[in-house]
Amino acid sequence: MEQKFLNLIKEALEVDSIEVKFEDLLADFDAWDSMARLSLIALLDEQFEVEVADAEFDKTETVKDLFNLVKSRVK
Amino acid sequence: MAELSFENIGISAMAGAVPKQIIKNRDYTAHFDEALVKDIIDKTGVEERRFASEGQTASDLCFAAAEQLFEDNQIDKSEVDILLFVSQTPDYRMPATSVTLQHRLGLSKSTAAFDISLGCSGFVYGISVAYAYANMPGIRKVLLLDGETRSKVYHPKDRKTGFIFGDAGVAAIIEKQEVGHSFFSLNSDGSKSDLIKIDAGGYRNPSNEESIKEKVVDEHGNIRTDEHGYMNGADVFNFVLREIPKNIRQTLSLANTSMEELDFYVFHQANKFMNDYLAKKLKLDSSKVPSTIQKYGNTSSVSIPITIVDQLKGQLHSPKKLLLCGFGVGMSWATAVIPTNQINISDIVEV
Repeated sequence: MEQKFLNLIKEALEVDSIEVKFEDLLADFDAWDSMARLSLIALLDEQFEVEVADAEFDKTETVKDLFNLVKSRVK
Repeated sequence: MAELSFENIGISAMAGAVPKQIIKNRDYTAHFDEALVKDIIDKTGVEERRFASEGQTASDLCFAAAEQLFEDNQIDKSEVDILLFVSQTPDYRMPATSVTLQHRLGLSKSTAAFDISLGCSGFVYGISVAYAYANMPGIRKVLLLDGETRSKVYHPKDRKTGFIFGDAGVAAIIEKQEVGHSFFSLNSDGSKSDLIKIDAGGYRNPSNEESIKEKVVDEHGNIRTDEHGYMNGADVFNFVLREIPKNIRQTLSLANTSMEELDFYVFHQANKFMNDYLAKKLKLDSSKVPSTIQKYGNTSSVSIPITIVDQLKGQLHSPKKLLLCGFGVGMSWATAVIPTNQINISDIVEV
Protein backbone atom coordinates (compact mmCIF):
# COMPACT_ATOMS: atom_id res chain seq x y z
CA MET A 1 0.00 0.00 0.00
CA GLU A 2 2.92 2.34 0.77
CA GLN A 3 4.24 2.35 -2.80
CA LYS A 4 0.76 2.64 -4.30
CA PHE A 5 0.14 5.65 -2.08
CA LEU A 6 3.42 7.35 -2.99
CA ASN A 7 2.69 6.85 -6.68
CA LEU A 8 -0.72 8.37 -6.16
CA ILE A 9 0.82 11.44 -4.51
CA LYS A 10 3.27 11.78 -7.42
CA GLU A 11 0.42 11.64 -9.88
CA ALA A 12 -1.66 14.23 -7.98
CA LEU A 13 1.33 16.58 -7.67
CA GLU A 14 2.41 15.91 -11.26
CA VAL A 15 6.04 15.32 -10.19
CA ASP A 16 7.22 12.45 -12.37
CA SER A 17 10.91 13.22 -12.08
CA ILE A 18 11.10 13.74 -8.31
CA GLU A 19 11.03 11.00 -5.70
CA VAL A 20 8.30 11.57 -3.13
CA LYS A 21 9.22 10.41 0.38
CA PHE A 22 7.11 9.92 3.50
CA GLU A 23 8.96 12.64 5.40
CA ASP A 24 8.37 15.26 2.68
CA LEU A 25 6.24 18.24 3.62
CA LEU A 26 3.24 18.62 1.30
CA ALA A 27 3.51 22.40 1.49
CA ASP A 28 7.02 22.19 -0.02
CA PHE A 29 5.62 21.00 -3.35
CA ASP A 30 4.87 23.89 -5.71
CA ALA A 31 1.91 22.02 -7.12
CA TRP A 32 0.22 21.48 -3.72
CA ASP A 33 -2.76 23.77 -4.31
CA SER A 34 -6.52 23.52 -4.61
CA MET A 35 -6.25 21.84 -8.02
CA ALA A 36 -3.86 19.18 -6.72
CA ARG A 37 -6.39 18.49 -3.98
CA LEU A 38 -9.03 17.79 -6.62
CA SER A 39 -6.69 15.29 -8.28
CA LEU A 40 -5.90 13.71 -4.94
CA ILE A 41 -9.59 13.42 -4.01
CA ALA A 42 -10.31 11.66 -7.31
CA LEU A 43 -7.33 9.29 -6.91
CA LEU A 44 -8.12 8.48 -3.27
CA ASP A 45 -11.72 7.74 -4.26
CA GLU A 46 -10.67 5.61 -7.22
CA GLN A 47 -7.86 3.62 -5.64
CA PHE A 48 -8.73 3.46 -1.93
CA GLU A 49 -12.42 4.48 -1.75
CA VAL A 50 -11.42 6.96 0.93
CA GLU A 51 -12.64 10.53 1.42
CA VAL A 52 -10.47 13.28 2.95
CA ALA A 53 -12.08 16.64 3.74
CA ASP A 54 -10.47 19.95 2.82
CA ALA A 55 -9.92 20.87 6.48
CA GLU A 56 -8.13 17.55 7.02
CA PHE A 57 -5.76 18.31 4.17
CA ASP A 58 -5.06 21.66 5.90
CA LYS A 59 -4.02 19.83 9.08
CA THR A 60 -1.81 17.36 7.22
CA GLU A 61 1.86 18.32 7.16
CA THR A 62 3.86 15.40 5.81
CA VAL A 63 3.13 12.76 3.20
CA LYS A 64 3.26 10.27 6.09
CA ASP A 65 0.48 12.15 7.97
CA LEU A 66 -1.76 11.86 4.95
CA PHE A 67 -0.83 8.21 4.47
CA ASN A 68 -1.77 7.40 8.07
CA LEU A 69 -5.10 9.19 7.69
CA VAL A 70 -5.90 7.30 4.49
CA LYS A 71 -4.72 3.96 5.93
CA SER A 72 -7.01 4.36 8.93
CA ARG A 73 -9.96 4.72 6.56
CA VAL A 74 -9.28 1.92 4.12
CA LYS A 75 -11.96 -0.71 4.58
CA MET B 1 -38.49 11.44 0.45
CA ALA B 2 -38.97 13.76 -2.50
CA GLU B 3 -39.38 11.20 -5.26
CA LEU B 4 -41.89 12.37 -7.85
CA SER B 5 -43.32 10.84 -10.98
CA PHE B 6 -45.57 12.22 -13.69
CA GLU B 7 -47.38 10.74 -16.65
CA ASN B 8 -47.73 12.37 -20.06
CA ILE B 9 -46.07 15.71 -19.25
CA GLY B 10 -43.13 16.85 -21.33
CA ILE B 11 -40.93 19.63 -22.64
CA SER B 12 -42.13 20.71 -26.09
CA ALA B 13 -39.82 23.62 -26.93
CA MET B 14 -36.56 25.19 -25.72
CA ALA B 15 -34.51 28.27 -26.58
CA GLY B 16 -31.34 29.81 -25.18
CA ALA B 17 -29.58 33.18 -25.09
CA VAL B 18 -26.01 34.17 -24.19
CA PRO B 19 -24.32 37.58 -23.95
CA LYS B 20 -22.30 38.68 -26.98
CA GLN B 21 -19.23 39.39 -24.88
CA ILE B 22 -16.77 36.47 -25.02
CA ILE B 23 -14.13 36.16 -22.28
CA LYS B 24 -11.20 34.05 -23.45
CA ASN B 25 -9.55 32.48 -20.41
CA ARG B 26 -6.14 32.17 -22.10
CA ASP B 27 -6.02 35.95 -22.37
CA TYR B 28 -7.01 36.33 -18.75
CA THR B 29 -3.52 37.02 -17.47
CA ALA B 30 -3.91 40.45 -15.88
CA HIS B 31 -3.94 39.07 -12.32
CA PHE B 32 -2.29 35.65 -12.74
CA ASP B 33 0.76 34.40 -14.60
CA GLU B 34 0.42 32.52 -17.86
CA ALA B 35 1.58 29.14 -16.54
CA LEU B 36 -1.02 29.18 -13.78
CA VAL B 37 -3.74 30.23 -16.23
CA LYS B 38 -2.78 27.33 -18.50
CA ASP B 39 -2.91 24.86 -15.59
CA ILE B 40 -6.32 26.12 -14.55
CA ILE B 41 -7.72 25.88 -18.10
CA ASP B 42 -6.27 22.38 -18.61
CA LYS B 43 -7.94 21.18 -15.45
CA THR B 44 -11.28 23.02 -15.56
CA GLY B 45 -11.67 22.74 -19.34
CA VAL B 46 -13.12 26.25 -19.54
CA GLU B 47 -11.67 28.01 -22.61
CA GLU B 48 -14.33 30.68 -22.98
CA ARG B 49 -17.25 32.17 -21.15
CA ARG B 50 -19.93 34.73 -21.91
CA PHE B 51 -20.15 37.79 -19.68
CA ALA B 52 -23.21 39.98 -19.46
CA SER B 53 -22.56 43.68 -19.97
CA GLU B 54 -23.02 46.17 -17.17
CA GLY B 55 -26.73 46.50 -16.59
CA GLN B 56 -27.55 43.29 -18.47
CA THR B 57 -29.28 40.79 -16.22
CA ALA B 58 -30.35 37.16 -16.16
CA SER B 59 -33.91 38.26 -16.94
CA ASP B 60 -32.69 40.05 -20.10
CA LEU B 61 -31.14 36.78 -21.29
CA CYS B 62 -34.32 34.84 -20.46
CA PHE B 63 -36.45 37.50 -22.14
CA ALA B 64 -34.46 37.14 -25.38
CA ALA B 65 -34.69 33.33 -25.20
CA ALA B 66 -38.45 33.47 -24.54
CA GLU B 67 -39.11 35.87 -27.42
CA GLN B 68 -37.23 33.53 -29.76
CA LEU B 69 -39.15 30.54 -28.42
CA PHE B 70 -42.52 32.29 -28.87
CA GLU B 71 -41.65 33.30 -32.43
CA ASP B 72 -40.23 29.97 -33.58
CA ASN B 73 -43.13 27.98 -32.15
CA GLN B 74 -45.95 30.45 -32.88
CA ILE B 75 -47.01 30.22 -29.25
CA ASP B 76 -50.29 31.83 -28.28
CA LYS B 77 -49.19 33.83 -25.22
CA SER B 78 -52.65 33.63 -23.71
CA GLU B 79 -52.03 29.90 -23.21
CA VAL B 80 -49.16 30.49 -20.77
CA ASP B 81 -50.80 29.97 -17.39
CA ILE B 82 -47.63 29.68 -15.25
CA LEU B 83 -44.30 31.50 -15.46
CA LEU B 84 -41.39 30.24 -13.38
CA PHE B 85 -38.03 32.00 -13.14
CA VAL B 86 -35.08 30.04 -11.75
CA SER B 87 -32.11 32.20 -10.72
CA GLN B 88 -29.88 33.33 -7.88
CA THR B 89 -29.02 36.54 -9.70
CA PRO B 90 -32.43 38.24 -9.81
CA ASP B 91 -32.94 41.83 -11.01
CA TYR B 92 -34.05 43.16 -7.63
CA ARG B 93 -34.37 41.97 -4.07
CA MET B 94 -38.04 42.70 -4.67
CA PRO B 95 -40.31 42.30 -6.56
CA ALA B 96 -39.79 38.80 -7.91
CA THR B 97 -38.17 38.93 -11.36
CA SER B 98 -40.76 36.48 -12.74
CA VAL B 99 -43.49 39.08 -12.17
CA THR B 100 -41.59 41.75 -14.11
CA LEU B 101 -41.10 39.18 -16.89
CA GLN B 102 -44.88 38.52 -17.04
CA HIS B 103 -45.31 42.14 -18.08
CA ARG B 104 -42.25 42.38 -20.36
CA LEU B 105 -43.29 39.27 -22.25
CA GLY B 106 -46.85 40.51 -22.66
CA LEU B 107 -48.40 37.62 -20.77
CA SER B 108 -51.88 37.71 -19.30
CA LYS B 109 -52.46 39.12 -15.81
CA SER B 110 -54.04 35.78 -14.95
CA THR B 111 -50.57 34.17 -15.27
CA ALA B 112 -49.13 32.81 -12.01
CA ALA B 113 -45.51 33.96 -11.70
CA PHE B 114 -42.91 33.24 -9.05
CA ASP B 115 -39.14 32.80 -8.62
CA ILE B 116 -37.23 29.71 -7.57
CA SER B 117 -33.92 30.54 -5.87
CA LEU B 118 -31.62 27.57 -6.47
CA GLY B 119 -28.24 27.23 -8.15
CA CYS B 120 -26.81 24.25 -9.96
CA SER B 121 -29.74 21.96 -9.08
CA GLY B 122 -32.21 24.66 -10.16
CA PHE B 123 -33.21 23.49 -13.62
CA VAL B 124 -34.12 19.98 -12.47
CA TYR B 125 -36.07 21.43 -9.53
CA GLY B 126 -37.64 23.97 -11.91
CA ILE B 127 -38.93 21.40 -14.36
CA SER B 128 -40.28 19.29 -11.49
CA VAL B 129 -42.38 22.30 -10.43
CA ALA B 130 -43.34 22.94 -14.06
CA TYR B 131 -44.38 19.30 -14.50
CA ALA B 132 -46.45 19.42 -11.29
CA TYR B 133 -48.37 22.49 -12.50
CA ALA B 134 -48.71 21.23 -16.06
CA ASN B 135 -50.21 18.04 -14.64
CA MET B 136 -53.17 19.95 -13.22
CA PRO B 137 -56.45 20.04 -15.13
CA GLY B 138 -57.00 23.31 -16.98
CA ILE B 139 -53.33 24.33 -17.01
CA ARG B 140 -52.20 24.66 -20.64
CA LYS B 141 -48.59 25.84 -20.87
CA VAL B 142 -45.92 26.40 -18.23
CA LEU B 143 -43.10 28.74 -19.26
CA LEU B 144 -39.89 27.92 -17.40
CA LEU B 145 -37.21 30.60 -17.56
CA ASP B 146 -33.78 29.90 -16.09
CA GLY B 147 -31.07 32.57 -16.17
CA GLU B 148 -27.81 33.41 -14.43
CA THR B 149 -25.19 36.14 -14.47
CA ARG B 150 -22.62 34.33 -12.32
CA SER B 151 -19.93 36.57 -13.82
CA LYS B 152 -21.20 39.26 -11.43
CA VAL B 153 -21.04 36.95 -8.40
CA TYR B 154 -17.37 36.00 -8.33
CA HIS B 155 -14.28 38.18 -8.00
CA PRO B 156 -11.81 38.16 -10.95
CA LYS B 157 -8.88 38.05 -8.49
CA ASP B 158 -10.05 34.84 -6.82
CA ARG B 159 -8.49 32.00 -8.80
CA LYS B 160 -10.75 29.43 -7.16
CA THR B 161 -13.78 30.85 -8.96
CA GLY B 162 -12.50 33.55 -11.34
CA PHE B 163 -11.99 31.25 -14.34
CA ILE B 164 -15.05 29.05 -14.22
CA PHE B 165 -18.34 30.88 -14.26
CA GLY B 166 -20.32 32.43 -17.11
CA ASP B 167 -23.73 33.79 -18.03
CA ALA B 168 -26.68 32.41 -20.01
CA GLY B 169 -30.47 32.17 -20.05
CA VAL B 170 -32.99 29.65 -21.36
CA ALA B 171 -36.72 29.33 -21.90
CA ALA B 172 -38.72 26.11 -22.05
CA ILE B 173 -42.38 25.19 -22.53
CA ILE B 174 -43.75 22.33 -20.47
CA GLU B 175 -47.18 20.91 -21.24
CA LYS B 176 -49.35 17.80 -21.45
CA GLN B 177 -48.30 15.39 -24.21
CA GLU B 178 -48.36 11.62 -24.84
CA VAL B 179 -44.83 10.97 -23.69
CA GLY B 180 -44.98 8.43 -20.87
CA HIS B 181 -43.56 8.57 -17.37
CA SER B 182 -40.98 10.93 -15.92
CA PHE B 183 -39.21 10.59 -12.57
CA PHE B 184 -37.51 13.05 -10.22
CA SER B 185 -35.42 12.75 -7.06
CA LEU B 186 -34.92 16.07 -5.23
CA ASN B 187 -32.51 16.46 -2.30
CA SER B 188 -31.04 19.01 0.14
CA ASP B 189 -28.27 19.21 2.76
CA GLY B 190 -28.19 22.59 4.50
CA SER B 191 -25.42 21.44 6.86
CA LYS B 192 -23.08 22.14 3.94
CA SER B 193 -24.42 25.63 3.17
CA ASP B 194 -20.97 27.18 3.65
CA LEU B 195 -19.30 25.20 0.82
CA ILE B 196 -20.56 27.65 -1.83
CA LYS B 197 -21.78 30.93 -0.47
CA ILE B 198 -21.98 34.71 -0.61
CA ASP B 199 -21.66 35.73 3.05
CA ALA B 200 -22.88 39.33 2.98
CA GLY B 201 -25.41 41.52 1.24
CA GLY B 202 -28.54 39.68 2.41
CA TYR B 203 -30.41 40.30 5.63
CA ARG B 204 -28.23 38.12 7.93
CA ASN B 205 -25.14 40.19 7.15
CA PRO B 206 -26.41 43.37 5.46
CA SER B 207 -24.28 45.31 3.05
CA ASN B 208 -22.00 47.84 4.77
CA GLU B 209 -18.66 49.56 4.32
CA GLU B 210 -16.76 46.50 5.54
CA SER B 211 -18.61 44.00 3.33
CA ILE B 212 -17.63 45.76 0.11
CA LYS B 213 -13.90 46.00 0.95
CA GLU B 214 -11.55 43.86 -1.12
CA LYS B 215 -9.39 41.61 1.06
CA VAL B 216 -6.86 38.83 0.73
CA VAL B 217 -8.69 35.70 1.85
CA ASP B 218 -6.05 32.94 1.87
CA GLU B 219 -2.36 32.06 1.69
CA HIS B 220 -2.50 31.99 -2.13
CA GLY B 221 -3.32 35.70 -2.21
CA ASN B 222 -6.82 35.31 -3.58
CA ILE B 223 -8.83 38.52 -3.28
CA ARG B 224 -12.57 39.17 -2.95
CA THR B 225 -15.11 41.00 -0.82
CA ASP B 226 -17.67 39.47 1.53
CA GLU B 227 -20.29 40.20 -1.12
CA HIS B 228 -18.59 37.95 -3.66
CA GLY B 229 -19.18 34.24 -3.85
CA TYR B 230 -16.67 31.70 -2.62
CA MET B 231 -16.38 28.00 -3.13
CA ASN B 232 -14.61 25.18 -1.32
CA GLY B 233 -13.92 23.14 -4.45
CA ALA B 234 -12.37 20.17 -2.64
CA ASP B 235 -15.33 19.58 -0.35
CA VAL B 236 -17.81 20.20 -3.15
CA PHE B 237 -16.02 17.44 -5.05
CA ASN B 238 -16.11 15.15 -1.99
CA PHE B 239 -19.83 15.84 -1.71
CA VAL B 240 -20.46 15.11 -5.39
CA LEU B 241 -18.56 11.81 -5.27
CA ARG B 242 -20.48 10.71 -2.18
CA GLU B 243 -23.99 11.76 -3.22
CA ILE B 244 -24.37 11.90 -7.00
CA PRO B 245 -23.65 8.30 -8.08
CA LYS B 246 -25.95 7.17 -5.25
CA ASN B 247 -28.71 9.56 -6.32
CA ILE B 248 -28.45 8.47 -9.94
CA ARG B 249 -28.81 4.81 -8.91
CA GLN B 250 -31.87 5.73 -6.78
CA THR B 251 -33.50 7.59 -9.65
CA LEU B 252 -32.81 4.77 -12.14
CA SER B 253 -34.40 2.35 -9.69
CA LEU B 254 -37.40 4.67 -9.25
CA ALA B 255 -37.75 4.85 -13.04
CA ASN B 256 -37.18 1.09 -13.32
CA THR B 257 -34.58 1.65 -16.01
CA SER B 258 -30.81 1.45 -16.54
CA MET B 259 -28.17 3.81 -17.89
CA GLU B 260 -27.96 1.72 -21.09
CA GLU B 261 -31.64 2.37 -21.87
CA LEU B 262 -31.17 6.15 -21.77
CA ASP B 263 -30.08 8.20 -24.78
CA PHE B 264 -28.27 11.14 -23.16
CA TYR B 265 -26.92 11.99 -19.72
CA VAL B 266 -26.93 15.75 -19.23
CA PHE B 267 -24.96 16.81 -16.16
CA HIS B 268 -24.52 20.17 -14.54
CA GLN B 269 -21.35 21.57 -16.12
CA ALA B 270 -19.29 22.04 -12.95
CA ASN B 271 -15.81 21.78 -14.46
CA LYS B 272 -14.15 19.32 -16.82
CA PHE B 273 -12.10 17.53 -14.18
CA MET B 274 -15.07 16.86 -11.92
CA ASN B 275 -17.43 15.90 -14.75
CA ASP B 276 -14.87 13.60 -16.39
CA TYR B 277 -14.16 11.81 -13.13
CA LEU B 278 -17.87 11.45 -12.41
CA ALA B 279 -18.42 9.97 -15.90
CA LYS B 280 -15.49 7.58 -15.38
CA LYS B 281 -16.75 6.50 -11.96
CA LEU B 282 -20.22 5.88 -13.41
CA LYS B 283 -18.63 4.09 -16.43
CA LEU B 284 -20.61 6.25 -18.85
CA ASP B 285 -20.41 6.05 -22.62
CA SER B 286 -18.88 9.46 -23.34
CA SER B 287 -20.78 9.79 -26.64
CA LYS B 288 -23.94 10.10 -24.54
CA VAL B 289 -22.57 12.88 -22.32
CA PRO B 290 -22.93 16.27 -24.03
CA SER B 291 -20.70 19.08 -22.75
CA THR B 292 -20.49 22.86 -23.09
CA ILE B 293 -17.94 23.51 -20.33
CA GLN B 294 -15.33 24.53 -22.92
CA LYS B 295 -17.43 27.29 -24.55
CA TYR B 296 -19.77 28.54 -21.82
CA GLY B 297 -18.07 27.50 -18.57
CA ASN B 298 -20.22 26.83 -15.51
CA THR B 299 -23.48 28.77 -15.79
CA SER B 300 -24.96 27.27 -12.61
CA SER B 301 -28.63 26.27 -13.07
CA VAL B 302 -28.51 27.15 -16.78
CA SER B 303 -25.71 24.71 -17.60
CA ILE B 304 -28.01 21.68 -18.11
CA PRO B 305 -30.57 23.37 -20.39
CA ILE B 306 -28.01 25.43 -22.35
CA THR B 307 -26.12 22.16 -22.98
CA ILE B 308 -29.34 20.60 -24.31
CA VAL B 309 -30.04 23.62 -26.53
CA ASP B 310 -26.45 23.88 -27.78
CA GLN B 311 -25.49 20.21 -28.12
CA LEU B 312 -28.70 18.22 -28.64
CA LYS B 313 -30.38 20.46 -31.20
CA GLY B 314 -31.20 18.20 -34.14
CA GLN B 315 -31.10 15.08 -31.96
CA LEU B 316 -34.40 15.40 -30.13
CA HIS B 317 -36.82 15.18 -33.09
CA SER B 318 -37.78 11.61 -32.25
CA PRO B 319 -38.62 10.06 -28.85
CA LYS B 320 -35.66 9.93 -26.48
CA LYS B 321 -34.98 9.35 -22.80
CA LEU B 322 -32.78 11.79 -20.94
CA LEU B 323 -31.10 11.70 -17.57
CA LEU B 324 -30.62 15.15 -16.06
CA CYS B 325 -28.49 15.65 -12.94
CA GLY B 326 -27.77 18.96 -11.19
CA PHE B 327 -25.76 19.50 -8.00
CA GLY B 328 -24.26 22.40 -6.11
CA VAL B 329 -24.92 25.40 -3.90
CA GLY B 330 -27.13 24.58 -0.91
CA MET B 331 -26.05 21.88 -1.03
CA SER B 332 -28.92 20.94 -3.28
CA TRP B 333 -29.05 18.14 -5.84
CA ALA B 334 -31.61 16.61 -8.14
CA THR B 335 -31.78 13.87 -10.76
CA ALA B 336 -34.51 13.27 -13.34
CA VAL B 337 -35.27 10.66 -15.97
CA ILE B 338 -37.50 12.30 -18.56
CA PRO B 339 -38.82 10.94 -21.85
CA THR B 340 -39.19 13.40 -24.72
CA ASN B 341 -41.32 13.17 -27.88
CA GLN B 342 -39.97 16.05 -29.87
CA ILE B 343 -38.38 19.17 -28.41
CA ASN B 344 -38.30 22.06 -30.86
CA ILE B 345 -34.99 23.71 -30.14
CA SER B 346 -34.29 27.24 -31.37
CA ASP B 347 -30.87 28.56 -32.37
CA ILE B 348 -29.04 30.27 -29.52
CA VAL B 349 -29.56 34.05 -29.54
CA GLU B 350 -26.65 36.41 -28.77
CA VAL B 351 -27.66 39.58 -26.96
